[in-house]
Amino acid sequence: MSGFGGFVLRRGIGTVITLLAISVIVYVVFFVTPGNVAQITCGPRCSPEQVHQVAQQLRLDDPLYLRYWHFLQGILVGQDYSTGTSVEHCSAPCLGLSYQGDQQVTQLILAKLPVSLSLVFGAMVLWLILGVGTGVLSAWRRGRFTERLLTGITLAGVATPVFVIGLVLMIVVCGQLQLLPFPQYVSLTDDPEQWAWNLLLPWLSLALIEAATFARLTRASMLETLAEDHIRTFRAYGVGERSIIGRHALRGAFAPIIALNANNVGSAVGGAVLTETLFGLPGIGQELVHAVNVVDLPVVVGMVLVIGFFVVIANAVADVLYAVADRRVVLA
Amino acid sequence: MSEALVASQPAGTDLSVPAASGARQFWRRLRAQRAALVAAAVVALLVLVALAAPLLTAIEGQDPFTYHPSLIDSARGGVPTGSFGGITGDHWLGVEPQTGRDLFARLVYGARVSLGVALGATVVQVLIGVVVGVAAALGSRWVDQLLSRLTEIIVAMPLMIMSLALLAIVPSSFPRPLLVALVIGLIAWGNTAKIVRAQTLTLKQLDYVSAARLSGWGTWRIARRELLPGLAAPVITYAALLVPTNITVEAALSFLGVGVKPPTPSWGQMLTAADVWYQAAPQYLLLPAGALFVTVLSLTVLGDGIRTALDPRAASRLRIGTGRKREARADAGTKGDAGTKDATTKSASSKEATS
Repeated sequence: MSGFGGFVLRRGIGTVITLLAISVIVYVVFFVTPGNVAQITCGPRCSPEQVHQVAQQLRLDDPLYLRYWHFLQGILVGQDYSTGTSVEHCSAPCLGLSYQGDQQVTQLILAKLPVSLSLVFGAMVLWLILGVGTGVLSAWRRGRFTERLLTGITLAGVATPVFVIGLVLMIVVCGQLQLLPFPQYVSLTDDPEQWAWNLLLPWLSLALIEAATFARLTRASMLETLAEDHIRTFRAYGVGERSIIGRHALRGAFAPIIALNANNVGSAVGGAVLTETLFGLPGIGQELVHAVNVVDLPVVVGMVLVIGFFVVIANAVADVLYAVADRRVVLA
Repeated sequence: MSEALVASQPAGTDLSVPAASGARQFWRRLRAQRAALVAAAVVALLVLVALAAPLLTAIEGQDPFTYHPSLIDSARGGVPTGSFGGITGDHWLGVEPQTGRDLFARLVYGARVSLGVALGATVVQVLIGVVVGVAAALGSRWVDQLLSRLTEIIVAMPLMIMSLALLAIVPSSFPRPLLVALVIGLIAWGNTAKIVRAQTLTLKQLDYVSAARLSGWGTWRIARRELLPGLAAPVITYAALLVPTNITVEAALSFLGVGVKPPTPSWGQMLTAADVWYQAAPQYLLLPAGALFVTVLSLTVLGDGIRTALDPRAASRLRIGTGRKREARADAGTKGDAGTKDATTKSASSKEATS
């Protein structure tokens, strides 16, 4: 099979295999956990009988393959769970119930996803504008003071960990200058203005770091294009520097920028753990840190799968966009 | 890729020892970049500080673990007594709020953890990446399929998330810094393997490898004698840039509380604790933040410098001193053909990455 349809099909199958493999790895890793999951779930003051009951209810004593089979069954056809007194039905793409408080993992993820997506996509807009803008500016002003200054700044940006810049921003802007209140998540649908104001600092901290990478990439690709023969020909025909930089050189940078962006959006959903923890945003990352600490296996598996899904999809989108932007690449 | 240059040097040039000139050329090109030199000096200093941590703290007369309750003003909520966060002749950088542990000692011991974990993780990443990449490129179709699929899975696994999960479940009796290095190395070798595979596929088609194959060499011998030298440049380049990334990851994991655990000092951990003390003891926050910044920055600049020194196309843009005209001429003689070779390698590997 060839062409775009074949590519999508092959990529789809690949995605499913990858996600299955990730879920198996997470299951195995947590299955060999030496800690007593039932004891942790039940709490430190549970009697041995209560712990035993919890273990039975969560099917913790089942062998690994059986537990994994139940997990797959839940995803494909749904699953019924007895929560002590009543029976709860969890419909088709069911990732199980949280060990803590019997909440459905799918619902938990759906509740947390908007926060993480707001964070990542808002930051993406900022880092593209800042990064590509800086890159274009330094390619245009190459060899001058502006370029040296920008190169220094972007290098500093690449070298700063996101939690350091976030911490410093929060202390300076919210603590010392008191320009903004300490961030508190407000839903977009509740109050768009408050949503944006509260996410401004998290956006900035994520975006400043990422923008540095984009600025470096943009500058490097543009300089590479500027050294090519067709640019010399344009110059010989008397095309102005503005048009050469803004139209022809920038075009050469498009493909790598698009590819990097798709990749970074995917990994940023995972990397948002730090930003969310730092600013106390109730997103997927923060929930995952909590779930890992209390060994809440269904939540961990579900969230790792969702994040893995984003990474794999983003990589596939990157490949397609790369091929669209650069016709020389053949999808295989 | 400097190997390619050495190999194609025109006969008759009286460069003393051809075998050593790959390394010599590398040093010359690295020395031609001022920023990389400064960065290398800073990195050397940091490594020295990390190695000499026990000596330095012995000179100061402190250690990173002892509590000094007498230096803490419990009436003011645990703020260090005295000005500037408790800086005295005994405590060069002041003491930690609440506990009174010596900050200088914790900072220099933190450098050990930071650099040690990052280097350890890089070694694991490179070892796995090279073995998997070479095996995929040289093995049968099935081996390649299997290993490439495995690499894809590893690349798709979110590093922070998986390390969080892995680090949370291993019992705390396992030496923590070693564990963090292992976990980072075991999760993040995917890109190294991809680069190595692509590069090996390119090298495999070169004439000297075919010649070795025709003269009856086995796969293992070819891999060791003919391919590994050609892989050195791209692997070193990539590894040099992995180190600063790993430092950031370790700091991030410790910041989240799952990395290196107290009482072992770590910069990321100090930052978490320092969050609430920034007004009373600003250096408690600024020191680990600054240390992280300087370390990652200098390692990144050094990594960039190494890349430029090993990349024939980038290196040809360097202005190498006039005292070495002859060598520069030898460079120029081979530049054209090495440049195009490198360009084809690059486009081949970028296509490889998208396939």
